[in-house]
Amino acid sequence: MSSESSDVRFIDFKSDAQPTWCPGCGDFGTMNGMMKALANTGNHPDDTFIVAGIGCSGKIGTYMHSYALHGVHGRALPVGIGVKTANPELEVMVSGGDGDGYSIGAGHFVHAVRRNIDMSYVVMDNRIYGLTKGQYSPTSREDFETATSPEGPQQSPVNPLALALASGATFIGQTFSSDAQRHAQVVQRAIEHDGFGFVNVYSPCVTFNDVDTYDYFRESLVDLGDDDAYDPADYEAAVDRIMDTEKEYQGVIYQDPDSVPYEEKHGVSGRMANIPDGAPEGATDLVREFY
Amino acid sequence: MPGDLNWAVGGEAGDGIDSTGKIFAQALSRAGRHVFTSKDFASRIRGGYTAYKIRTSPNRIESVVDSLDVLIALTERTVEENTDELHEGSVIIYDGERTMMEDFEAPEGMVGLSVPLQRLAEEAGGAIMQNVVALGAACAVCDFDVSYLDESLEKRFGGKGSSIVENNKQAARAGRDFIDDEVAETFPYDLETTDADYVLLNGDEAIGMGAIAAGCRFYAGYPITPATAVMEYLTGRIERWGGHVVQAEDELSAINMALGAARTGARAMTATSGPGIDLMAESFGLIATTETPLVICDVMRSGPSTGMPTKQEQGDLDMLLSGGHGEIPRVVVGATSVAECFHKTVEAFNLAEKYQTPVYLVADLALSVTEQTYPPEEFDMDAVEIDRGNLVDPSAVEEWQNDSGQFTPHAATEDGVSPRTIPGTPGGAHMTTGLEHDELGRRTEETDARVEQVDKRQRKVDTARRAEDWSPREFGDGDADTLVLSWGSNEGAIREAMDSLADDDTAIRFLSVPYLSPRPDLTEAVEAAEDVIVVECNATGQFADVIEHDTLTRVKRVNKYNGVRFDADELAARITEAIGGGGGGDDGSSDGGKSGEGDDDAESDAQQEVTT
Repeated sequence: MSSESSDVRFIDFKSDAQPTWCPGCGDFGTMNGMMKALANTGNHPDDTFIVAGIGCSGKIGTYMHSYALHGVHGRALPVGIGVKTANPELEVMVSGGDGDGYSIGAGHFVHAVRRNIDMSYVVMDNRIYGLTKGQYSPTSREDFETATSPEGPQQSPVNPLALALASGATFIGQTFSSDAQRHAQVVQRAIEHDGFGFVNVYSPCVTFNDVDTYDYFRESLVDLGDDDAYDPADYEAAVDRIMDTEKEYQGVIYQDPDSVPYEEKHGVSGRMANIPDGAPEGATDLVREFY
Repeated sequence: MPGDLNWAVGGEAGDGIDSTGKIFAQALSRAGRHVFTSKDFASRIRGGYTAYKIRTSPNRIESVVDSLDVLIALTERTVEENTDELHEGSVIIYDGERTMMEDFEAPEGMVGLSVPLQRLAEEAGGAIMQNVVALGAACAVCDFDVSYLDESLEKRFGGKGSSIVENNKQAARAGRDFIDDEVAETFPYDLETTDADYVLLNGDEAIGMGAIAAGCRFYAGYPITPATAVMEYLTGRIERWGGHVVQAEDELSAINMALGAARTGARAMTATSGPGIDLMAESFGLIATTETPLVICDVMRSGPSTGMPTKQEQGDLDMLLSGGHGEIPRVVVGATSVAECFHKTVEAFNLAEKYQTPVYLVADLALSVTEQTYPPEEFDMDAVEIDRGNLVDPSAVEEWQNDSGQFTPHAATEDGVSPRTIPGTPGGAHMTTGLEHDELGRRTEETDARVEQVDKRQRKVDTARRAEDWSPREFGDGDADTLVLSWGSNEGAIREAMDSLADDDTAIRFLSVPYLSPRPDLTEAVEAAEDVIVVECNATGQFADVIEHDTLTRVKRVNKYNGVRFDADELAARITEAIGGGGGGDDGSSDGGKSGEGDDDAESDAQQEVTT
């Protein structure tokens, strides 16, 4: 495989490792959509960097083929920021779960959104902690009974889209892993967006979550992708959808058409890996400054 | 020594003490004089005593001393704080026309010079220049040509316009003229000048300059005293070479950003202090197990917890050597002087890439805030060498692929160092993980693969131990009976203490140890000495523990942990005491340190017992 090949297929982003996700896990569909979106946008595995968090979702780095890092819990976004800054020519996609992104890594989420680095962030939101076998997550419903919440968490779930919007997001998407076409399309738009493309993916856990199921999302999600009248650039309309307590939406919910990515604002370009064999030219000027 | 001077300006934090002191230090440097500065300061934006102290000499100086000849005191408290350092004949410059100083009287035997700093500054164009008036007065007291201030005033105020610079020059001259015209006393100071050209910089700046010299292009950090100046130095400079500084939201983010940049092939770095190192500990393990080259700088300050953020301590050694869960092969390199902050930073980047490992680069508060003069040749950019280790040429990627054409980033090579490809390299795509992994970087819990990977990571450090020169820096008399060992910023004070001990016919062999892990085998040196004294700024003697562990020999400990660095006079006394009394004691008190008790015989018996 080489970077010269121009017709990359989504299967090229697939590794030969066999996923150990439970049969029926939403993460299969989520990953397939990510691979399709990467291929559709003309990316190549050798020029792509995937950063994965910890949790069931974090296994994605193993199942996909690209440059990848599976790091410590909650810190996937900072790693992605470092990668993209060091080489803006790379396609950087960060992926994690609701625990990784909205609990232990919530602080990084806020700041990654505000920085608006040109990369995408796909969160597999199953509203449960699956890998640790069924505890409530930051997006679990208030009355969701789990091993650590016999009476339900009794605290408001995080609204990730609102959190993103309040942090200054320039792209907010939401999808459902089993609506393969819409999911891949929204992730593709996130990749193409000039800035931080955030997609919250409902990715059901068939083993530990019997409330937020495939049936629930299939019945309750309103698809904005089918609504020609909906304009993602309309901030007020996006606020209405994101703060709607009655319904949930999928599609590109908000996109700032005037988004300018961090790299452009800061003049970051080129590969930082390329350095000379000795001190860089002009380094002696630094010594002279101390006269 | 004639021509030497110990000088200070002090007042409230927010009074511009730092920049005033820096202007004088630069002027002395421009006049071809050596300068060594220190700061007394509190962690506040405004309020609280602060002072900038300068020791200057035509000769090389390496430490502070416990003495003050000329003091500009903007507050009475400045004098109170320095009572122990002031002496018979010390000159105190103050503004007796100001309400806060109107009742001030210089202590018995000292010379109080009331100079109308504020009034003269107003006459020159603004009260804000009162500190510069004081500098002019100090020049007159020290018989130092006020025109040496001009260049540093231009450097400091040039951006504010030529009239501001001119006003400041006039303010300095007004201060000088007041002393020359209105003060009858004469003073014994004569600051002779030389033709030497020196640069003046502190340890944090030296680290930043070293990073750029070494090709560092990415820095992420979160502000923390006393490491912030590294980030401030790099910001606005690293961009000239296509680099970038990110102020992260916290240290967790900072180290992970740096990790991301490093995996992308950039030479990357973060700097912090002890509290930040705590936060980074989990990611440190990730960096080590994914074999990512990264430089993590710890500018130590007093701990534990928030401790004393603006005070000196060398208390992080245990954590740097063994912090983080699990077993983490690592490299720990320490700077022992301001210049070494530069050199060791360059080395740290090479070690990180050659052995694909995180490197802790250790400095301490005393180094970070000390402004010291050096000949510019000390920072010879032409001598900087870059070694990127086993970075695979794109044409050779296939050699490192398995039978299925998959790249092996954790190949278990003979020397432990695996091939490394930079993202974007065709055929080099691979993952890696903080989970135990196989050669492909994929998770495994298979027992043989686990052992293979643990061994190969350790093997890299063993390779480094054999391949690199980890020698200590040696000073003094190689045949002396007394061996002094130390690490970090104590080097300068120990060297000066040795000079005065030599005058008393006490010979010392001093090994200053920059390499903490891997580190030199000091067994032979320790066994050859009658007295082994380990000097460090902490309470328990962490480095002494390491030496005892390595050499199976008891050592004497000289410790200090009151937040103030060692000075040369104090060290000479404590070393003498340790030689004679068997132990160094702690914190300057005589009631004994960890191994300070016991008489000579017991001590040497104990030493004998464990060495045979």
